[in-house]
Amino acid sequence: MTTSAIITMVVVQVIVTIITAYFFYKVLTTPPRAEPDSFSENDDEQR
Amino acid sequence: MSVKQESWGTRVGLVLAMAGNAVGLGNFLRFPVQAVQNGGGAFIIPYLICFLLMGIPLLWIEWSMGRYGGRFGNHSTPFILDNMTKKRLWKYFGVFGIFTNIAVAAYYCYIESWTMSYVYHSVMQTFVGMDQNAVAKFFTTYVDIEKSTTGIPYEAIVFYLVCLSLNIYILSRGLSGGVEKVAKIGMPLLILFGIFLAIKSVSMGHAGACADCDSALGLNFLWQPQFDSLTNPKVWLAAAGQIFFTLSVGMGTIHCYAAYVRSKDDIALNAMSAGWMNGFVEIVLGASIVIPIAAGYLGLEWVKENAGFSMAFQTMPYLFQQWGSVLSVVGGVMWFGLLFFAGITSSLAMGTPWMGFMKDEFNWSRNKSALTFGALTLAMGLPTVYFYNEGVFGEYDYWAGTVSLVIFALAEVILFGWVFGIDKGWKELNSGADIKVPGVFKPIIKYVTPLLLLFVFVASLITPKDNDWNKAITQGWELDASSIIGQIQNKGVIVNRDYFADNYQSAVAGIVTSVETTGTRHIIVIGSAESEKPVATYKFKKDKSVSVSEGQEISVGDIVAKGSFTHNIFYTDMARLFLLSLFLFLCFLVYRATVLREKNGRI
Repeated sequence: MTTSAIITMVVVQVIVTIITAYFFYKVLTTPPRAEPDSFSENDDEQR
Repeated sequence: MSVKQESWGTRVGLVLAMAGNAVGLGNFLRFPVQAVQNGGGAFIIPYLICFLLMGIPLLWIEWSMGRYGGRFGNHSTPFILDNMTKKRLWKYFGVFGIFTNIAVAAYYCYIESWTMSYVYHSVMQTFVGMDQNAVAKFFTTYVDIEKSTTGIPYEAIVFYLVCLSLNIYILSRGLSGGVEKVAKIGMPLLILFGIFLAIKSVSMGHAGACADCDSALGLNFLWQPQFDSLTNPKVWLAAAGQIFFTLSVGMGTIHCYAAYVRSKDDIALNAMSAGWMNGFVEIVLGASIVIPIAAGYLGLEWVKENAGFSMAFQTMPYLFQQWGSVLSVVGGVMWFGLLFFAGITSSLAMGTPWMGFMKDEFNWSRNKSALTFGALTLAMGLPTVYFYNEGVFGEYDYWAGTVSLVIFALAEVILFGWVFGIDKGWKELNSGADIKVPGVFKPIIKYVTPLLLLFVFVASLITPKDNDWNKAITQGWELDASSIIGQIQNKGVIVNRDYFADNYQSAVAGIVTSVETTGTRHIIVIGSAESEKPVATYKFKKDKSVSVSEGQEISVGDIVAKGSFTHNIFYTDMARLFLLSLFLFLCFLVYRATVLREKNGRI
C-alpha cells in the first residue's frame, strides 16, 4: 500500500471508530429521565 | 382488561434496533462496490461530505417527525405527515412509508433466505472441493426453483417461507419482546463476526497464484486518494446515493421506531449513535472484507472487472475454501451469519410501519397485523422468487427500493423545513436532547439537504447516456437506459419488445460458439467476434427450435430460436403493475382510515 492510502485509511477509520464509540458511550452513560419515560424496563421504579 | 401499549424496553435497545434497521446487506456489498466503481479512495471524501450534509440532517428530520407524530398517537408516516400540515394531501406522500417497506421486504426477505441457506451449506461443507465456476453455478442452480441443491423440493421457496415465518413471529412479539431482543443479539454478533473477518482479510497479504493477488492491493485501491475524480458529478451522485440507501432514510421505518419515544426523551443523540454505528459497520468493516479477500486470491484486475452484489454468494464461499477445512466453515458461517443479522434487523423494521398503521387506524392486534404483513409480503414476494431470472426482482428493487425512497425523502424534507417550518422542526429536534445540536444544521436542513436531494432526484430522472455528464453537457443530452425516464420507456430493451412472440432475438452481436442440447434444454453461447469470449448464453426448453448453428455470425435482433415465447418485458411490466396495485391499495386504506377518523372525531 502507498503511504497516502495507508494514511487515508487509518485516519478515516480511526475517526469514524472514535465518533461511534463516543456517541454510544454517551448513550450508555447518560442518566435516564424520571418516569414515565419511553422505556418499559425501568417502569417499576418509583414515579 | 387494559391492553399494554407498545414501547421500547431500553434506550440501548432502541439505538441498536435503529442501527440494525440501517445496517443491511448494502453495508458489506454495495459500499465497497460503489467505492471500486467510483475511483476508489476518491469516493470516500464525497461520501463523508454527503453524510454530513444529507445523511445526518435526514436522520434528525425523520427522528423528529416520528416522535412528533407519536405524541398524537400516529405510528406510521401517512398520519405522521398529515399531523404536520393542514393540507390533507400530504398523507398520501406518507403512503410511500408503508408501500416501500412491504415491496422491499418482499424481495429482501428472499435475499435474507439465501443467507440462511448459505449458513446451512457452509456448516454442511457443501462447497468443499468446488472450483470457482462450480460455486458460481451453485447459486444459479439455487435460484432456479425447479432445481434443488439439497434434495428438498422447491428449496428456495422453502427457505423463503422459513425466513418470512421467522420475521412474522418476531414481529408478533412486539417491539421490546421481539424486534429489540433480536437487535440486542444480532448487532453485537454482527460486529464481532465483521471484526474477525476484517482482521483475517486485511492480514492475509499475498494469497493467490496471480501476480496481483494481494489483499493490500485491494485496500490500496479502495483508499488511494484520487482528487481529480472529485470534479466528476457521477462520483458525487454515487456517494449521495450510497449515503441515502445505507442509512435507510426515506423508508418510513425511522419515523415508526421514533414514534414510540416520548417528547421529553432524547432523539438527537440517539440518531447520532445509530447513524455513526452504521457508518462504522460500513466504512471500517464493510470496506475491509469483500474487496481485500477477493483481491488476495483472485487479483485486483479481477476485482475491478467483477465487483458486484453477486460476489457475496458466487465468489465468497470459494474464497473461504482456501482457508482450510475448519476456518472455511467458520468463515462461511460468520460471513453469511453476519449478512443474515444485517438482513433480519432491517426486514423487521420494514414490518413495523404496517403494524403501527393497522393498530392506530383499525385497532388490529399484533398477531393479526404481523400475519397480514407476512401475507402481503408473500403475495408480493412470490413473483420475485418464481421470476427472478426474468427481471422481476430487479424491477422491485428499482421502483420500490430506489425511486420511491428519493421521492419520499424529498417530500419529507420540504414538509419539515418549509411547510411545518424549520423553527418548529428545530424546536422538536432539540426537545429533550442530550447533546447540543450545532446551529449550522438549521440552514443545512432548510436549504442544503433539499437541494442535494433535488439534485439526486433530477439526476436520476435524466441520467445522461453512459453516465457521462461532461459529454452530455458539452455535446447534447441523450438519456441513459438506467434513467427513470429511460426505465419508463424500457429504453434498455432493444429486442424482444413484444410480450408474446413466436421467435427469440439475440440482444448481442457476435459468433455462435456453441449449440448444445442437454437433458431438457438447448444452450446457445454467443462469443465476441474478436476473441470468442462468451458475451451471452441463451437457454431454451426443448420444445423450442434453434435457428442458428455453430460458427454463424449474428447481429443484434437476429432470430436465435423459434417457438412460443413470453418475453421478459411482460414480466417486468407485470411487476410494475403489481407495485402500482399495492400503492393504490394502501392509498385506499389511508382514505378509509381518514373517513373513520372523521367519523370518530379524531380529525
